[in-house]
Amino acid sequence: MGIFKRGLSRTRQSLVGRISQMLGNTEIDEDTWDDLEASFIQADLGLETTETVLDYLKETTAREGITRTNQLDKVLKESLYALLDPPPPLNITGRDLSIILIVGVNGSGKTTSIAKLANRFKKEGRNVMLAAGDTFRAAAIEQLQTWGERAGVPVIANKPGSDPGAVVYDAIQAAQARNADLLIIDTAGRLHNNYNLMRELEKIRNVISKAVPDAPHEVLLVLDGTTGQNALKQGQKFAEATNVTGLIITKLDGTARGGMIFSVFTEVGAPVQFIGLGEGIDDLVRFDVKQFVDGLFEF
Amino acid sequence: MFESLSQRLQNTFDRLGGGRVVTEQDVKDAMRDVRMALLEADVALPIVKDFVGRVRDRAIGAEVHKTLRPHEQVVKIIHEEMRDTLGEAGRLNFSGSTKPHVIMMVGLQGSGKTTSAAKLAMYLRKEGRQPFLVAADTYRPAAVDQLVTLAKQVNIPYYEEGVSAKPTDIAKRGLEAAKNADASVVIIDTAGRLQIDDQLMTELEEIKRRTNPAEILLVADAMTGQEAVNIATGFNERVGITGLVLTKVDGDARGGAALSMRAVTGVPIKFMGTGEKISLETFEQFHPERIADRILGMGDMMTLIEKA
Ligand SMILES: Nc1nc2c(ncn2[C@@H]2O[C@H](COP(=O)(O)OP(=O)(O)OP(=O)(O)O)[C@@H](O)[C@H]2O)c(=O)[nH]1
Ligand SMILES: Nc1nc2c(ncn2[C@@H]2O[C@H](COP(=O)(O)OP(=O)(O)OP(=O)(O)O)[C@@H](O)[C@H]2O)c(=O)[nH]1
Ligand SMILES: [Mg+2]
Ligand SMILES: [Mg+2]
Repeated sequence: MGIFKRGLSRTRQSLVGRISQMLGNTEIDEDTWDDLEASFIQADLGLETTETVLDYLKETTAREGITRTNQLDKVLKESLYALLDPPPPLNITGRDLSIILIVGVNGSGKTTSIAKLANRFKKEGRNVMLAAGDTFRAAAIEQLQTWGERAGVPVIANKPGSDPGAVVYDAIQAAQARNADLLIIDTAGRLHNNYNLMRELEKIRNVISKAVPDAPHEVLLVLDGTTGQNALKQGQKFAEATNVTGLIITKLDGTARGGMIFSVFTEVGAPVQFIGLGEGIDDLVRFDVKQFVDGLFEF
Repeated sequence: MFESLSQRLQNTFDRLGGGRVVTEQDVKDAMRDVRMALLEADVALPIVKDFVGRVRDRAIGAEVHKTLRPHEQVVKIIHEEMRDTLGEAGRLNFSGSTKPHVIMMVGLQGSGKTTSAAKLAMYLRKEGRQPFLVAADTYRPAAVDQLVTLAKQVNIPYYEEGVSAKPTDIAKRGLEAAKNADASVVIIDTAGRLQIDDQLMTELEEIKRRTNPAEILLVADAMTGQEAVNIATGFNERVGITGLVLTKVDGDARGGAALSMRAVTGVPIKFMGTGEKISLETFEQFHPERIADRILGMGDMMTLIEKA
């Protein structure tokens, strides 16, 4: 888990300094709560989650007779752990062909995350194939093909501007013909409030289910870790359109804290499966609740 | 959850009874509403504190205009303050720069630099200039292809040398190529990078040093959260940005990042991206009014102001 630490270390430093300095070891007073609130908000937890956690902390400290700030650490971490579930194993085994559909808004990191996933599963011995379902964005196909070469996995693509549903259908046929056991489908970025594009996504989903009845087996929504409260709406809308089963949070190698994960998880119920910690093919790690929270609020 | 600020303020003032002068207690309660609304809109906390402070000072003791109710008076003050903070729509400034003028596009990964570069080229051509694109992102797979595809699509001359050269050299040679092609404005597309990535930020400094840009535009995603302050400060400290481009405004993000970035850098917001298509319709002059209403979550603002 070295890479997780490395990626989150900057996140940690910025918050650590602040929180440990701020908490110190004094009597808990109004300022303590105000400072905590500020830290939560600045980590993008959002007002609602911030309120929930603060209320819980206040109740717990009152109930357990906690009066010093240095005793808050444990309670704080535990209250945050409780807000997220550890990721269950991906539902991509136990059948001939498993299909993962990747969705998300523009530029969130879908294509790069697919490369990272392909690399990871290939190393685990899977027979992976990719589908270039983004036929819209300029050079999206070439981008995926370049990644495919680097990861050593075949990419099924059609011409720019062609029907994404048709590409997806072809890719499934090809995967079955070539005995691939895992197909990962890239889709064009789309804003969740764009009705037509969200309908297109539903159509792509239907093409998949028609070809393989219980597929897609995973629908992973890729969220940009620097996103603020809009992530919640992205979660809601993509879940409505495609029945999202898991989340990938990217770009957490910067100083962004990804605190919006808490509300997205609460709302959508889909666990965070992976975290993106860089632009390289190996910069993807399984999400670990404790490490994530500890990384955010290391004392 | 997103009750409009206007509604919220009205409820607050109804509860308070609302006299003809805005009292200190009125303001105290109202500022709690304002703070919440701004935070929900992703305005960064330090900026929220500052903003609320200024509104409070202006609101206490303010005479309530005879056609306005107290909460409307406060809303009016907030709106004015918001407009002042967001500032006028910035324009490109080539004064003091010789032709061809250079524009550098910088920003985080995936913020919309390449797309905005192509749109900006179209915009400049419509203004009667001769734009030219340079593909200086050698890191992201197919980034060069992406820019070249867009350049061809909208018929703008460009320079590229694949991914084997250094971006700093490509930028410099691109500028020469633009001169030879009689271009009047050169837009350099750079790779996405984190503001804390020292090596890549040094590269930007180097491109700046070698091409002497008239404009360095920070391209930022309208969905950005509290991180906006760090991003804007980081880029500004290293390369000195001259303008902001806010992208993906066609989404439903409240766009508080615009206020945060503008407030911490003092740099004007020059353009907004409002769609994926490369067209003049999806690349607009910045509208402070529209963004202000959006951050505040009120579509009814204009009618209110017109009443006064
Ligand atoms: N620092 C960092 N950059 C990332 C990460 N994941 C992706 N990126 C970068 O983010 C940018 C956008 O990534 P893409 O994979 O093209 O995103 P996308 O969602 O496929 O974009 P569209 O297809 O245009 O919607 C690229 O420059 C990637 O290198 C990450 O975890 N950390
Ligand atoms: N809806 C919408 N999408 C946009 C807008 N601007 C850019 N995009 C999309 O956002 C994604 C990223 O845009 P790019 O131009 O590739 O971003 P970039 O900053 O060059 O990305 P990197 O080079 O990887 O750092 C693409 O899918 C674009 O189509 C906009 O104003 N609205
Ligand atoms: Mg993509
Ligand atoms: Mg680019």
